[in-house]
Amino acid sequence: MSRSIALLICLMGGLTMLVSPFLPMATGWANDVTDWFNILAAMAFVLGGGSLLKVQLMRLSARGPGWGYSALTLLAFIVTLWVGLGKVGVVADPSAPTVAWSGKPDDEGSAFWWIYLYVMTPITSTLFAVLAFYVASAAFRAFRAKNVEATLLLATAFVILLGRTFAGVVLTGWLPDWASGLRLENLAVTIMDVFNTAGNRAIIIGIALGVASTGIRLMLGLDRSYLGGDA
Amino acid sequence: MSSTTMEPSAPAQGKWWIGLFLVIAVLVAIRAGIGEGMGRAYVQTESTSYAAATDDQGRVTWSAVADGAAGSATIERDVFRTAGQYRAAEAASPNQQAIRFSWDRTIGLWLAAFFTLAVFSFLVGDNPAYKFTESIVIGVSAGYWMAVAFWETLVPKLVAQLAPGLVKAWCMPNLDAGAINLDALIPLGLGIMLLSQLTPLGRHVGRWPLAFVIGTFAGLKMISHVESDIIEQVRATMLPLVVFGDDGSFAAWASIRNLLIVAGVLCTLVYFVFSIEHKGPVGRAARVGVWFLMITFGSAFGFTVMGRIALLAARFEFLFIDWLWLIDPKGQRTMAAVSAAAELGSSLLNTI
Repeated sequence: MSRSIALLICLMGGLTMLVSPFLPMATGWANDVTDWFNILAAMAFVLGGGSLLKVQLMRLSARGPGWGYSALTLLAFIVTLWVGLGKVGVVADPSAPTVAWSGKPDDEGSAFWWIYLYVMTPITSTLFAVLAFYVASAAFRAFRAKNVEATLLLATAFVILLGRTFAGVVLTGWLPDWASGLRLENLAVTIMDVFNTAGNRAIIIGIALGVASTGIRLMLGLDRSYLGGDA
Repeated sequence: MSSTTMEPSAPAQGKWWIGLFLVIAVLVAIRAGIGEGMGRAYVQTESTSYAAATDDQGRVTWSAVADGAAGSATIERDVFRTAGQYRAAEAASPNQQAIRFSWDRTIGLWLAAFFTLAVFSFLVGDNPAYKFTESIVIGVSAGYWMAVAFWETLVPKLVAQLAPGLVKAWCMPNLDAGAINLDALIPLGLGIMLLSQLTPLGRHVGRWPLAFVIGTFAGLKMISHVESDIIEQVRATMLPLVVFGDDGSFAAWASIRNLLIVAGVLCTLVYFVFSIEHKGPVGRAARVGVWFLMITFGSAFGFTVMGRIALLAARFEFLFIDWLWLIDPKGQRTMAAVSAAAELGSSLLNTI
């Protein structure tokens, strides 16, 4: 029974969104359903926070290896949540200077803004920056021009990397005007405008077809994996 | 995988890391003691007064007025100032208090530098500083996005629907508070069912909100993907294969370009059709499609590497410009900034 109701809810939610562009009266329903979806998506963040709290508390109580790091995670989570929900250090919004809580939690000078600027941003951007080393290392080990496909991939990557930097201008700037199309910076533009456009367009169409077919499968209840257990 | 015998033991690794961090600490201490020092942040408090006015419909709007005007409300906030601006203000008026050293932002700057170095240290190997940073960012990210979801979505879309008067008085004074919208009880109920997943009973109760999210998301994405990713992309691919210029002459390059795009899209799509065996003409078209895909992946790889290197450069800029004060490309700390900040100095003199 519970599964059947879940399948019906899935179908109704999907159909409401699908018919809204075709039925004027359904536009309002679609707006309401979208708002509800956004609320549930926000609730999912609360669920994620609760799950983190649960897992870290279990690790902490078990006193297993690395329990100190769990304590740190918990501390960071609770402090961030407290300053975020409590709008610590936030001044009132200019549109309502007498309402103390009217400011945004991430306004400059607030504790939440401080955490974002000095903790989250440096760590996350450095984590992505470090990937430059791993990408370079992996490319050095894996890139081998052993067939046409691999050679195309390798050559394109080189042309894009050189053509989008000053190195490309230095290396091929001497080419005469009648051969300017072969200059690396121009080759990079041609690759992006023609070959990359064609390839990306096909990928986008393929993904959209996949999304549409998966959506239909989900709505019709042919794919029930999200319900868990033996679907 | 078994570890090799050449790896140092845990205590030896610990000593190695402690030694490395000590060396870094000594180098930083030396740098801090040389010349102008390093890693300081300055702020200036900006104060603005606002006065209320009521329009014909009874709506209250606030606008900026001269400081200290009767009946006005004042908002004070600290804004960043550079070391150069601080020096300019000091030169104009020694011991001035308008631009001052900021403890919280300076501590933040040093903390950010520590986190940056700690993440970089992972390139050498896993270590306590990296694990410390990793633990912090997990907790902070979860708390951050939870708080953002609360203020950006739950308050305006849920709480404001069920208690508009309370929300208007509490945190959203510009809210157009109408009647209570009881429809909001539906997502509230589904949300509570979703949160019940944290309890042992929640697996079954949590199915309904999950089904709603998945169904709605599927419908939403189907519409947007079909509209923008199929119809628009197909429309954009319908290009003239023979192009003529404005003067009526044959435009060879434009024709070749369009031909390559159309052929590329078709051949790549042929490669994606797995229900037909890739043999004969289909196989040849699919092979050309793979070439287009390889070029696309190559350019994507190139851009990914460039993006990562740009981020890396930004982190080095932060370390060398904002923290270590080793370089100053914008002249933010040199006395040359005094001239740029001369206006500020004179305005400070007038206010002090």
